[in-house]
Amino acid sequence: MTEMIGSFRRGNNTSILGVGVLTAIFLFFALLMAAFAKDVAMEYQALTFLVLAGGFLIVTALWAGGLVDRNPFDESEYENTLVKFGVAASMFWGIAGLLVGVIIALQLTWPNVFYFPELGWTNFGRLRPLHTSAVIFAFGGNVLLATSFYVVQRTCRTRLAGGMWPWFVFWGYQIFIVLAATGYLMGVTQSKEYAEPEWYVDLWLTLVWVVYLLVFLGTLWKRKEPHIYVANWFYLSFIVTIAMLHIVNNLSIPVSLTGSKSVQVFAGVQDAMTQWWYGHNAVGFFLTTGFLAIMYYFIPKRVNRPVYSYRLSIVHFWSLIFIYIWAGPHHLHYTALPQWAQTLGMTFSIMLWMPSWGGMINGVMTLSGAWDKLRTDPVVRMMVVSLAFYGMATFEGPLMSVRAVNSLSHYTEWGIGHVHSGALGWVGYISFGALYCLVPWLYKKQGLYSKSLVEWHFWISTIGIIFYMISMWFAGIMEGLMWRAYNEYGFLEYSFVETVEAKHISYIIRMVGGLLYFSGAAIMAYNLIRTTLGHGEAKDLDPAANTTLANPEPRTALAPAE
Amino acid sequence: MGLMNNHGVLERHSLLLTIGILVVVSIGGIIQMAPLMYMDNTIEKVDGMRPYTPLELKGRDIYIREGCYVCHSQMVRPLRDEVERYGHYSLAAESMYDHPFQWGSKRTGPDLARVGGKYSAEWQVDHLVDPRALVPESIMPPYAFLMDKKLKYEDIEDRLRTERMVGVPYTDEMIENAKGHILAQADPNDKGFDFYDSLMGLYEAEAGREGTVEARDWDGNPDEITEMDALVAYLQMTGTLVDFSTYQADDLSNRR
Repeated sequence: MTEMIGSFRRGNNTSILGVGVLTAIFLFFALLMAAFAKDVAMEYQALTFLVLAGGFLIVTALWAGGLVDRNPFDESEYENTLVKFGVAASMFWGIAGLLVGVIIALQLTWPNVFYFPELGWTNFGRLRPLHTSAVIFAFGGNVLLATSFYVVQRTCRTRLAGGMWPWFVFWGYQIFIVLAATGYLMGVTQSKEYAEPEWYVDLWLTLVWVVYLLVFLGTLWKRKEPHIYVANWFYLSFIVTIAMLHIVNNLSIPVSLTGSKSVQVFAGVQDAMTQWWYGHNAVGFFLTTGFLAIMYYFIPKRVNRPVYSYRLSIVHFWSLIFIYIWAGPHHLHYTALPQWAQTLGMTFSIMLWMPSWGGMINGVMTLSGAWDKLRTDPVVRMMVVSLAFYGMATFEGPLMSVRAVNSLSHYTEWGIGHVHSGALGWVGYISFGALYCLVPWLYKKQGLYSKSLVEWHFWISTIGIIFYMISMWFAGIMEGLMWRAYNEYGFLEYSFVETVEAKHISYIIRMVGGLLYFSGAAIMAYNLIRTTLGHGEAKDLDPAANTTLANPEPRTALAPAE
Repeated sequence: MGLMNNHGVLERHSLLLTIGILVVVSIGGIIQMAPLMYMDNTIEKVDGMRPYTPLELKGRDIYIREGCYVCHSQMVRPLRDEVERYGHYSLAAESMYDHPFQWGSKRTGPDLARVGGKYSAEWQVDHLVDPRALVPESIMPPYAFLMDKKLKYEDIEDRLRTERMVGVPYTDEMIENAKGHILAQADPNDKGFDFYDSLMGLYEAEAGREGTVEARDWDGNPDEITEMDALVAYLQMTGTLVDFSTYQADDLSNRR
């Protein structure tokens, strides 16, 4: 104990004390909420928080006590351990989220087998938010945390700011994920898509996110490079905008301070506009700008070429973030949203095509002079194919945002197909590419355990995506046409359930596609674990080649083209 | 290009960059969202809208809890086939008391904006218990467990008060008698008998016409008020409130 207090007293460890005090305050709140819980769900959620945050506090205290005189946040070294945790968390949540996806695909395909009348919490309505949140926020979010912490250190040539605070961000975010996921299973939801967690989880995430922003900005502030590298613009816009979207879309008043239910401030049409302003920009700023940041660092780094065009980066960045935010109303075509708003949404969605493809071109053309790597390095191929999927999805999106097209595509499986070509092809592949890069770099290995396993992963997953996309295009356009089909007497030709029945084959193919994609991710997890263990081709790197602050990585790859 | 050369200023000052980002990403949202909050013609002028009764509101909570919205929209678009399949296209006014809205984004099942009264309550209960017993090709999950779960409504007064804080016109009388109103709407002949007139009087007055509140045993089990009672009461009300006989679709104030 005295050792612990001693280590706190030394100035460089005040961040540990700060994290400890803040966590303790929230533990106290959670204790009160558990004690006075108005509903069972609230009680379980508070107890879950007590166990997880309490565990975090105890482990941190024990670790800090064992430090004695060692400074755990040595400014002459990068914070690599945290990035390793982030990579492991990404892989774990990725597998979990994809698995839930396969399960709900099975439910829609064979409802008699995969629904259990007495287990209401396993119904599609509760598992679907679990799937979307797990893949977007748990997998995608951890990839963004891990890569942003890695990239901002390298491109600023300084250690992550805040000592213990980045660890608070990481574990606080995992606690958010567990609270959200277990909440969905218990039926705790505010029903706003991709913003389902209730008010108290929203507040916790807001806190974690503000600390994340401060850690990121703090690292920029102590950078040893005069310029902020382009990847960091994208990370910064992702962090700042998600904070704005999250706060506005989750404005709600809890029925009781110790109850899980809250009432949204906005209603009806205003709430719909706010939700899809949020929803579409969760795609724009979580699943796009964040992952474009990955593109702007990992592709140049991996192929050892500078970014294709510095000017295009600037145009790409500002036009993308300006235009994206307007696109939300294309989710509300022909609804009770006033038409001027729908038209604005459609117009900007079409304009969005240009910055999206500008970014794709900037990424792909970075391979100039290194095209051979597409053949020789499956990791590079994965990242470039992700850009191809990005280009395809960002062409399909503007197309679907046209009102006339949307009248057919909206509410159908086409939307599901569109989302998955972006999510599996773009977000998934660029993330996998980054993780394949990161693990050997972090563990100082010469390469991955097995390159041929990367090939297997690539081809199995790609076939999976194609199965998924084509089956959903087919199902979506078919049901859209069936809904509006008239017979020769001028009556609607099909009852609704006939359109459901007609999709059965597509559902089977989609499920197989999802299973293939999941299998690819499992192969990847195996490959990465063997890499960390130093098996196969993952031999230790020559210690002299270790990259530290004293021996920074060669900068040529990161200099602008001009 | 001059502008490009000045970009270095933003690249060297992280706070300027942050503020620049915040300004650029705020513009679109403000222009699209702010007018909807104060423009009068965002919501049509209609007769018949009233706040949900406490039982309907609890039913709606179950609808949200079970994630019905992930497969069912509540938004009939003004397209010929949809109007013929589901009924009158949805108005903004119909969801003006929906905190949050339930328009949905996917129709794995049919639209439910006008499902109220389309089927009998008995059909709804049987279908929720075992969807494939009634519709063999259905892929909907079963909700038999709702029959066994007693409806919890200890905090219903707080619930209505919170709704009132965000603008739903619940009166003091509605809030004070909320528990009685639940009994009256689910068990009008026995436990809720004394509150029946109060329920009908208050909510039909708010709607401005009679016949918009239905009270009965919903789930075929009069001994207990279950979650099934609440959900079916909500479904049977859905889309029936607005009086379309007085709605002027062509009125300038209703055209948007």
